[in-house]
Amino acid sequence: MYRYDNYDQAMVDARVEEFRDQTRRRLDGSLSEDQFKPLRLMNGLYLQLHAYMLRVAIPYGTLNSRQLIALGDIADKYDRGYGHFTTRQNLQYNWVKLANAPEILADLAKVEMHAIQTSGNCIRNISSDHFAGAAADELVDPRPYAELLRQWSSFHPEFTYLPRKFKIAVIAAEKDRAAMRLHDIGIQIVERDGEIGARFFVGGGMGRTPMIAPMIREFVPLDQLVTYAEACLRVYNRYGRRDNKYKARIKILVHELGAEEYTRQVEEEFAHLLKVGVEPPREELERIKGFFTEPPFEDGPKQVDRSDPDFALWLRNNTHRHKHDCYVSAVISLKPVGGIPGDASGEQMRLMARLAKEYSFDELRIMHTQNVVLPHVRIADLPALWTALDEAGLGASNMDTIEDMIACPGLDYCSLANARSIPLAQRISERFDAAGKTEKLGELKLKISGCINACGHHHAGHIGILGVDRKGVENYQLSLGGSEAEDVSLAKITGPGFTEDGVIEAVEKVTDVYLERKEGEERFLDTYRRIGMEPFKEALYG
Amino acid sequence: MADRDAFDSEAGSLGASPDAVQFRFREDDMAGDATVTVDAFLAQSDASAVRIEPGDDTRELLPHLARLTLVEVNFPSFGDGRGYSAARILREEGYRGELRAVGDIGVDQLSHMRRCGFDAFAPERPLGEADAERALATWDNVYQHAVDTKLGAWRTIAQKRHGAGA
Repeated sequence: MYRYDNYDQAMVDARVEEFRDQTRRRLDGSLSEDQFKPLRLMNGLYLQLHAYMLRVAIPYGTLNSRQLIALGDIADKYDRGYGHFTTRQNLQYNWVKLANAPEILADLAKVEMHAIQTSGNCIRNISSDHFAGAAADELVDPRPYAELLRQWSSFHPEFTYLPRKFKIAVIAAEKDRAAMRLHDIGIQIVERDGEIGARFFVGGGMGRTPMIAPMIREFVPLDQLVTYAEACLRVYNRYGRRDNKYKARIKILVHELGAEEYTRQVEEEFAHLLKVGVEPPREELERIKGFFTEPPFEDGPKQVDRSDPDFALWLRNNTHRHKHDCYVSAVISLKPVGGIPGDASGEQMRLMARLAKEYSFDELRIMHTQNVVLPHVRIADLPALWTALDEAGLGASNMDTIEDMIACPGLDYCSLANARSIPLAQRISERFDAAGKTEKLGELKLKISGCINACGHHHAGHIGILGVDRKGVENYQLSLGGSEAEDVSLAKITGPGFTEDGVIEAVEKVTDVYLERKEGEERFLDTYRRIGMEPFKEALYG
Repeated sequence: MADRDAFDSEAGSLGASPDAVQFRFREDDMAGDATVTVDAFLAQSDASAVRIEPGDDTRELLPHLARLTLVEVNFPSFGDGRGYSAARILREEGYRGELRAVGDIGVDQLSHMRRCGFDAFAPERPLGEADAERALATWDNVYQHAVDTKLGAWRTIAQKRHGAGA
């Protein structure tokens, strides 16, 4: 994986010192909260309902054991012993004291980590395929391109005060495991006539106005990748709406101008910037690629004893096909039944770090679904790995099932939320697990947001739940048919909302409709697409 | 900021009037001209100073760069970053006169503004000099190209990594 050189380290160290100075000025009163806010946001520090929350960047979701140990230690030292993995493959600490924030950043810098641009109206942490560099189906490893863009976007002098936050995802497979087309810019690395290049999708997003990004350029040569991204951003910075925070994302600009006109403006700016010359030297991409070479895989058994049914189930649900046929990528579920989706204790983080070192070439990934991946595990090592995970309460075999929910922090933490998400997620997983229904339902992506900002990706859920405030009472809207994958679609609302108990009943009812109507190997989503909304509505409101 | 010589100067001392310029990084005399809006500038033939507001299209000025000695870019609110693009575009098109940021500017915006080509600052609230100096010296290196690297005074980290030919 990527390692800092002296330049990268100096950049992060400089930022720690800068933020230490800004915090000092805030604490001594020379900065008002209004003036301090955008500065702390640039360093990932939010003021939540009960405390400050610090969001740590995990570039393209990749980290090593030393880094995860440091994250676990910070959880114990400065938080309440927990960290929360996010849908941007990052980690949040929910109970941070302002005066400690500079120290935490200094601890992070020691392991090549930071909280730079994890909030604020700037280019955020760049996300990628959590199986990058391991998946059997990828064209190339997308992470070198994500790293090139990380460097370009870090402290970008022109794009630090954009109309709104800006999220970029990079993938390199036909299968989309990163919700690429629901990003401000989604980049797919593709091959054309034997040459590798980048396909650009611009103007996707969730939030109040969900949109699927249209493709605006089929092929950008790799030695123009940064220039093209810069052109996309400059048009947005100049013309994105600033009169209304809710219309300020690039999706609104692309929608209002039309994809064609936006593209025309980008191409014009691109032609100009090619003359200016803003692309990093090609050698830089080659240097970065050198950090992402394959680990020294060894041949070994391709099969393993599956006589333990619990292990066999975990194997089936939580492992993914690797490019080397004696290895798999193993998913560590952070969705134990009744648990808080995406939470891990300091102790669990240190254990996962140790297992990564022992079984996965010292590498881990964070998934946007708030789980952890050991990308390169020898098939022969799987029984030992699973036993260790199971003993630590990390052996849930529920990846991509109804228990594998994305849920935002909701009203338990977030000052924007209208309703709680976590207790709902806990109750749903308990209920489906107790009824033994989880396995019968197979792949079923349930996503819960506690407000219209859609941090829980409810628009992209096969089943989505949105918490709203209805005359002072928490109320939940149900939607069906969303997908964040390569078959991307936006979910549609079923009808009037439900109480907390009512929405759990409603989820039960729609899954029953699926089980009755399912044909062959259909997933919930496939059945919904075939039979439409009516049968589900009928069951809910009929 | 040691190797920022061609773009830097000792002239960045505290200024007073006109227009309450507090920091200036140019050797030449300050242009005392009253600035006009972009619309007014385009309508008259003799003005040599103009003020860009966030909604203006900077590129409308491009045919007239030769007669401009001062361009002010207004930041009514520091969170409105359109002026950074305006500044870069002017410099990319060859404007070498004074580029002055005015309005709601804090010390924490100074280094990015410098990178985008601003060489004079007239903050509506005067900034602490020590804080400003520290903020301007935050970065010894930069990842990406901007106006400073294009003027030849600075090189990006990638250029430094890969030697002179890069």
